[in-house]
Parts: sequence; structure tokens; C-alpha cells
Amino acid sequence: MSSSVASQISSIGQVVRSHIVNVLRKGENFELRSELNSEYRDRRKEAVKRVIANMTVGKDVSGLFTDVLKNMHTDDLEIKKLIYLYLINYAKTKPELVILAINTFVKDTDDNNPLIRALAIRTMGCLRVSEIIDYLCDPLRKCLKDESPYVRKTAAICVAKLYDVAPAVTIENGFVEAVQDLLSDANPMVISNAVTALVEINDNSPNQDVFTMTPPLVNKLLAALNECTEWGQITILETVANYIPGSTREAEGVCERVVPRLQHVNGSVVLSAIKMEAQLSRKMTPPMVTLLSSAPEVQYVALRNINLILQKRPDILNREMRVFFCKYNDPLYVKYEKLDIMVRLCNDRNYDHLLAELKEYANEVDVDFVRKAIKAIGYCAIKIPVAAEKCINILLDLLATRVNYVVQETIVVIKDIFRKYPNKYEGTIPTLCKSLEVIDEPDTKASFIWIIGEYAPRIENADEILETFMDNFKYDDPAVQLQLITAVVKLFLHRPADCQDLVLRILKVATEECDCPDTRDRAYIYWRILSTDPQAANTIVLADKPTISVDDSTGLPDDLLNELLSELSTLAAVYHKPARMFVATGTKSAVLSASALASRSQSGAGSTSPNTGTADTGAGLATMSSPSPSSAPPPSSGQVDNEDLLIAL
Amino acid sequence: MASAIFILDLKGKSLIARDYRGDVPMSAVERFMPLLLEREEEEQTAIPVMTDKGINYLHVRHNNLYLLALSRKNSNAMTILLFLQKLTEVFAEYFKVLEEESIRDNFVIIYELLDEMMDYGHPQTTESKILQEYITQESHKLEVQVRPPMAVTNAVSWRSEGVKYRKNEVFLDVIESVNLLVSSNGNVLRSEILGAIKMKCYLSGMPELRLGLNDKVMFENTGRSATRTKAVEMEDIKFHQCVRLSRFENDRTISFIPPDGEFELMSYRLNTQVKPLVWCETVVETHTGRIEYMIKAKAQFKRRSTANNVEIQVPVPDDVDTPRFKCSIGAVAYAPERSALVWKIRQFPGGKEALLRAHFGLPSIKNEDPEKRPPISVKFEIPYFTVSGIQVRYLKIVEKSGYQALPWVRYITQNGDYHMRMPDSIKSNSRLPPI
Repeated sequence: MSSSVASQISSIGQVVRSHIVNVLRKGENFELRSELNSEYRDRRKEAVKRVIANMTVGKDVSGLFTDVLKNMHTDDLEIKKLIYLYLINYAKTKPELVILAINTFVKDTDDNNPLIRALAIRTMGCLRVSEIIDYLCDPLRKCLKDESPYVRKTAAICVAKLYDVAPAVTIENGFVEAVQDLLSDANPMVISNAVTALVEINDNSPNQDVFTMTPPLVNKLLAALNECTEWGQITILETVANYIPGSTREAEGVCERVVPRLQHVNGSVVLSAIKMEAQLSRKMTPPMVTLLSSAPEVQYVALRNINLILQKRPDILNREMRVFFCKYNDPLYVKYEKLDIMVRLCNDRNYDHLLAELKEYANEVDVDFVRKAIKAIGYCAIKIPVAAEKCINILLDLLATRVNYVVQETIVVIKDIFRKYPNKYEGTIPTLCKSLEVIDEPDTKASFIWIIGEYAPRIENADEILETFMDNFKYDDPAVQLQLITAVVKLFLHRPADCQDLVLRILKVATEECDCPDTRDRAYIYWRILSTDPQAANTIVLADKPTISVDDSTGLPDDLLNELLSELSTLAAVYHKPARMFVATGTKSAVLSASALASRSQSGAGSTSPNTGTADTGAGLATMSSPSPSSAPPPSSGQVDNEDLLIAL
Repeated sequence: MASAIFILDLKGKSLIARDYRGDVPMSAVERFMPLLLEREEEEQTAIPVMTDKGINYLHVRHNNLYLLALSRKNSNAMTILLFLQKLTEVFAEYFKVLEEESIRDNFVIIYELLDEMMDYGHPQTTESKILQEYITQESHKLEVQVRPPMAVTNAVSWRSEGVKYRKNEVFLDVIESVNLLVSSNGNVLRSEILGAIKMKCYLSGMPELRLGLNDKVMFENTGRSATRTKAVEMEDIKFHQCVRLSRFENDRTISFIPPDGEFELMSYRLNTQVKPLVWCETVVETHTGRIEYMIKAKAQFKRRSTANNVEIQVPVPDDVDTPRFKCSIGAVAYAPERSALVWKIRQFPGGKEALLRAHFGLPSIKNEDPEKRPPISVKFEIPYFTVSGIQVRYLKIVEKSGYQALPWVRYITQNGDYHMRMPDSIKSNSRLPPI
């Protein structure tokens, strides 16, 4: 025993740091070692359990490798399983010692209990060290032809594991063909695992030609469908979904056999079946709605997928908006998705129900949810002209609550409605002004100032209102500064006599005291136009703005949408992003660029509203080759970007 | 497919870790909690599917545990989450309650289960009854080693052969839960019936069962006039995997070989508007220093039925004091921990009305923040009754040994998510504001 301790220490001690760590932990490991070598079976068993318990909580017990292995040859199944688990964990760090286990493994694959044969072959496949590969091939060949389906189904997966570490060996030994033969097995679970293995191998193979679907094979798989476990059904459906039928009749035949799956209790089977029904029929509406009765996490994935389906076929659920009404105790991530879907489903027949619902949400206490609900009201107003009047009334009611964040968001939304329906709702301005002292967020300030500037001729005390923003002008957010300059200039162009003093003051402060280059630039440009050609200033600053709009085909671009629909229920369909953006393809740089892309697309979505306010002046400035294009979006940005609006919700 | 599965406590410490594919570093789990908190900060909510540095994190929350799966590929998110969900169900059947404590106590068997239920990231056998036949804590003490039951890989993967009972019986429970959402002005926004047929099967051998319901679609298919018996139109039906789906698709026959013991045979959903079974009319009045509630509850179902264990929970402001109640039937209590008053009526006969008046004191300084607006929620059970009118017409049991077996059927209707939003309170200032 002492010699084994010595060899143990010498093998670990090569790296000084791990040596020290081990010395510190030696206390417990030392004790475990003597227990593992105890002459009593019970004590050895307890020791193995303690080793695994330590491993689970992250303590390093790799030093006990040889001692644990000594217990491997046992007829106690529980111990065997635990030791195999230990092996899976530490095989990579001690590949040279794994050899010691091989004998037992090979012997186990000959055991007369199928449970042990399968356990051995399953574990060997998990070790992933080159030392074991040579010893794996013979037992694997035997197990692929085992009399017990339990062993065969395990062996099928083992081939995929082997291919991952040693593709050449797998092909040389004819294992791929052996798995292909298993597709004709009598047992449904063997078939579905063979399919799983072949899909994996195919994805990893250089030419991806290992697994090609033929009509007879599709038939065979669909026939097995009825008898598979739920998970096997998913595998088969996913695989058959990639098959392109040769004729319409064949396609109909496939669909006919898949339709009953919509009645399956497993949501993933249902989604796979939905994916297969290429022409997305109305028949899938009830199963989709039923997915919403699942656990919240599952609901979330279902909602993200439904969102995609809706973008393709908005009519499929248009009578079902009520099922998306938020429950009080839904988690927020579910509520957000429901809100987005409801807004998509909104049309001129059902907007009444939706608005009543949104108003209710706007009175809840989760700040973000309330804000999203208010944004949604604005979106309805812009999307559905007949609803605008009602939306405005609800928004005014919300202003009356004087709850800070409600007011902030509401004013931003009202600004957008003004931009869509110019000169229609200016009667509400006096009410807006009542909230003046509550306004403190930059977006809200910018929006409010824009409204005042735009309707300056009709607001008697516009100069006084704008004056109130002057005190803090220097310290305000650039978005607010830009709006205030523009608004004051607009006012000046309408009422030059009263406001000369104000306009001069703001331009002076902006050009002399402001740090933001955009603010200074804009102030200079205004100053120059106003001092050289006031007429030109009139045509540029007071030009007609294009109205904003959202049309029905909002959402993802068509090609991305089709790609995602073909990947329904995958992670890509949950993120609404193509797989290449989050799946690392091996090199580190690819990973980095993918995550950079992802973060860029997120920040892009968040920053829509501050830009919208500057858009009108941007339209004027762009024609004069603006010095800083970043502050002045091109004229077309007067249109609210549909996609952004929805994501921002 | 999942690369690894973890079970974590609420602080993100891993209690169980199982690596299936070796393609993600197991240390990646340490990023889970920070990621979750980051997203929570941004969006105020813990999103169940996240991606970071090429690794995807999918989780479900169960009691004080997170079950987490990591994946490197564009895997099937639905499958993974449902598998995690299935894990919680299987563990719960093994250990009664699934929480941190039971995970720690049973880590050996959990590793065994994880090994059996998933291979190389692909779900395998998840049928808890079958697993219990060959993964048990006791069996290892037996001299004879356990073998995988035939059922694991059989076409009938949910039932073992050789089951024997002296008395062959089947119990059917038809349970309907009513989901209801009523707006604050008393309009029904959503009403939905979720039904389930649960079975307890104590039958020998491999019995073939056929269940007949008053299914409208089947009546129409077979040309039966639906006038004699009322037929029910089920919007969506989900079956236990033992039911032959293609047969159902063909001629709406529900035929199956049942698992042994308890299971849920099918669930269904109906969107038909029904009169809300228990209805509440609420008036709230706020005065200076006090708040008053008047609630009228009505049992809107047939007189021959009775709702049992009715519990009406009415939310009240957090800071109320000195509760006083008066009600025509039942008992009322103030539950400060839930910020609600709870009105319990043991038996509420159909067609009856009940009245409750509640009176609370309010502090004179009012909180300016907007208040939470939870809805009134109602619990109830109505035995011998289904809202949908669904009926079991027959249950035929055929086994080759030819024994007779009797089916017993019970019906019950209960609340699901049964919510009524609170009306705005009427403010009446009894005192004038100071000059």
C-alpha cells in the first residue's frame, strides 16, 4: 500500500501547485484511501460514495484513481455505476491509468446481464481518451449485434460517441454501416437511437453524406413513429422534416401520418409536427394554444416559436387573442412575449379588447412591463388609425395618474402619435403641459420639447414653457439640447419679434458653453442660416415631415424568418437569430465576432426612441451635408423602423 | 441535445453535475448565476434560455432548485426544457418532494437516473414507473441482480408483462379545471376549461381498453344524432403515449394498453363560454382612514350540485389594520402575510348567494406609489359535475384471460386560474380638505 501512495504522490507532485493543494487536502483523501482498501465490503462501499460526494461538490479526488479502480470489479451494481461515473470525470486527467480499467470493461460487455453490458459500453464511449479506442472496437461490434435491444440501442449511440473522437477508426471498422443496418431493427427504440446516431455522425462528417433520406426509409421511420417513446418521436420527426418529398402526393402522405402527433402530450413532439406541416394549416391552432398551459419556462419557448409562426401566417391565431392575455402571476418573461404577440394580432376588429387589457397592464407595478404596455398602446394607435382616438384617451387617463414612470413613457408615446397624425390631437397639449414638472427623463424631455416646438404657433405661452428648460440646458442630455435648440428656432421663425432674445441666448450658450460637439454644430448651423437667409431657414426648419408608419408585415426579414421557421423549437428559433450567430464553429475569433454581433443587434434595438425626435431636423440638415451625420439620421429615418419598434416593446 | 446537466441551489452552487458530451467545460456552470442576474437587471426577469460565449444555458426552476442544461449546438430548446421538466417529475416520484435536501440525500440514485434517462445528451427512458422497476435503492441488496425490464425498449414501453391482481378494477377520474379572467367592470375576458381524465388501473396481464366519450366529432362522424345525449366539442386533446394516435385520427376511437397504476390518460381543452360557476360582485369604498368592501358571491350552477371548500381571497392594501367582518355564511379571516382577506365557505349550494362586508382601518398618511393590483382569486370543488358536460359512455376492457373488470367513474369540477380583477375603489371623502 505504501508503494501505491508513493507512486500517487510522485505522479501528482509534478506540478507544484497541485501538489500543495493535495497536501492540504491529504487529510481526508488519506483517510478515504485507507477506507477504499479496507477489507470490509461495506466500508469500501461507503468510501466510494464519499469520493463521489466530494467529486460532486468540486473537490479534487483524482488522486484516489488507482484506489477507486481497485473496487471496480464487483457484482454490486451501485458501486459499479459510481466508479464508472468517477472514471468519466477523471479519465481525461489520467489517461494513462484508464488502461487499468479496461479489463473490467471488456469483461462486463460479456456479462450475461444486459444492464451491465449496456452500462459498460455506454461508459466506455464517454471516456473520450485515445487509449481506450483500440479496446472499444471489439466489444462495440459485439454489442451492436447483441440479442438485447437495450444493449443495441446503447451501442448505436456509442458509435456516435466514437465517431466524435476517432472518425477514421469508426469508418474502418464499418460501424457506420452497422448503425445504418440498425435502421431496419425490429425494435422502435433501437431505430430511433440509430437515427440519432446517424444524424450526429452526418453533422460531423466532412461531406455530410452518411445519412440520406430515401422514400422507403422515410416510410420505415414513419411506421416506427407510432411505437417510439416521445423522445424517439421527436428525433424521427426532426429527421423526416429535412426530407424533401418527390411529389405532392408523397408530401401529403407524409403530412397525413404526422398530423396525429399534434395530439401528443409532449410539447416538443407537437412543435416538431407543426414544423412538418409545411403549409401551416389552421389545424395547428388548438395545439399551439394548448402549449400555453405548460410550465412557464416551456411556455416561453412556445411563445417565441408562436411569434415566428405568426410573422409568417398572422391569420392563424387572429381569433385567439384572448388566450394571450397576461395572468397576474405569469413571470415577466412570459408577459413580455404575450404582449408582443398580442400587438402583432391586433387589428381593427379586436383593438378594443386589446386596449382595455393594455390599460389594465399600465396600472400594474412592474415598471418595465408598464412601460412596454404603454409603448404597445402607442403602437396600436399608429398601426390602426381608427384606434388612435381611443388610444389618446387612454394615454391621457394614464397621464392623470401622475405616476412618474407612467408619465415619462406616455409623453414619448404621444409624441409618436403626433408624428403619425399631425395637427389632429393638439387639443391635448394643455393636458400634457400639466405634467411639466414631473418630466425628468431625457427621452421624455426631448419628446415634450419637440411637441412644443412643432405646435409653437398655437401655444400662446410656448416661449415661457421653453424658457423653463433653459436653466438646466447646459447639463442636459445632448438629445434634449438638440431638441431645445430646434424648438426655440422654430418658435423664433413663427414669432420673430418676441423671441429674438431667447434664440440668441440659447445659441450663445450652445456654441460657447456646451461640451457636446453635435449641439455646438447644430447651433452654429442655425445661427448661420438665421443670420444670412431667414427665408431659407423657414423652408428648411419648418418643412413638412413625412408621417411615420408601421405596416402589417413587421418583424424579421423574409429569408431569416424562413430559415428560423425551418428550425422551429431550436435555440435559434428562441433567440430569433440564426444559429451561426451564437454557435461557436471552433475558432476563438468566430466566437468573439458572434457575440459582438449579438450585442450590437441588441444595443441597436434599444436606442430607437432618442433618434426619432431629431429626425425632422435631420431631414433638413442632411440636405446641407451635415457635419456630423451621426446626430442627424438620413431623411428616411423619419419612418419609425418597424422591427425596432417591436423589439423595443 | 444537452452537453451537461446540473442541479443547482438558489445561489448557483452545483449539487449535481453530469457531463454527457465533454464539449463544454464544466466550469461554465459558474457563469450561470452572473448571467441570470445580469439579465434580471436588464429586463427584471430571469429568462429561461440564454447564450454566452458559444454556450447556451437552459433552465427550469423548481422549488429552491435550478435544473440547468448546457448546450453548444443549436439544439432543440423545447426538448431540453421538457426533459428538465420530466426530470423534476421523475425525481419527485422517487423522493416525494424535490428540493435541495432530498437532492443531497439521494445523490447516488440521482446519478443513476441521470445515466439512464439521457445518453450522450439524448433523452432515453423517462417513464418513471419503468425506471422504478430497475433503478431502486433496495434492489442492490437482493442476491439476484436486476435486469432492464422488457418494457424499456418494447413498443409498449410503459407497461411490464406479468402484472397480476386478484381483483381487477379501474378508477376513472374526470377532472375539469376552470380558468377564468374577469375584467374590473365585470366582463368575462377569458374562460377556458382544462379537463383531464386520470386513471388508476389495477388490471392483470396486457389488457386492451377502449374508452367512449360523448365526443361531438365522433357522433357526427358516425352519423349519430347528437340530440339524445348532449355531445361535447373538445378543442384540443392530448393523450398519454399509450393511446394509439393514428387510430384516434381515423375514427376518434380512444384505444390503448394502459400503464399499471396511476396515470393521466388524456387532457383536453374547451374554449366555450360558460357562465362563471362562482361569481363575485365587489364594491370597494375608500374613506379617509378606512376602507370598506362589500362582496356578493353567487353559486351559478344547478341547485342539485354543491361547491365544497370554497375559498375567496380578496386582496387588500398592505397597510390596513383593525379588520372587522360580517358575512351571511362561512368564515372570514384577515391574512396579512398575503395582504388579503380570505373567506371560506365549506359548502356553497347551487343557486345560493352569500354576502360579506369587511371594514379595515387605513393609516392617515397615504403611500403615493402605485399599488399592486392583484385580482380576487377563488378556489372551489364541485363533485359529481362537469362544466363541459363530458361523460364517459363506456370503458371496454378486454384481456386474453377473459376476466371481468369493473370501471368506476367520478366527476369533479374545480377552479384553475380563477381570477377576477378588482374594481376601482369609490373614493368618498367624508371630511372636507382644510382651508
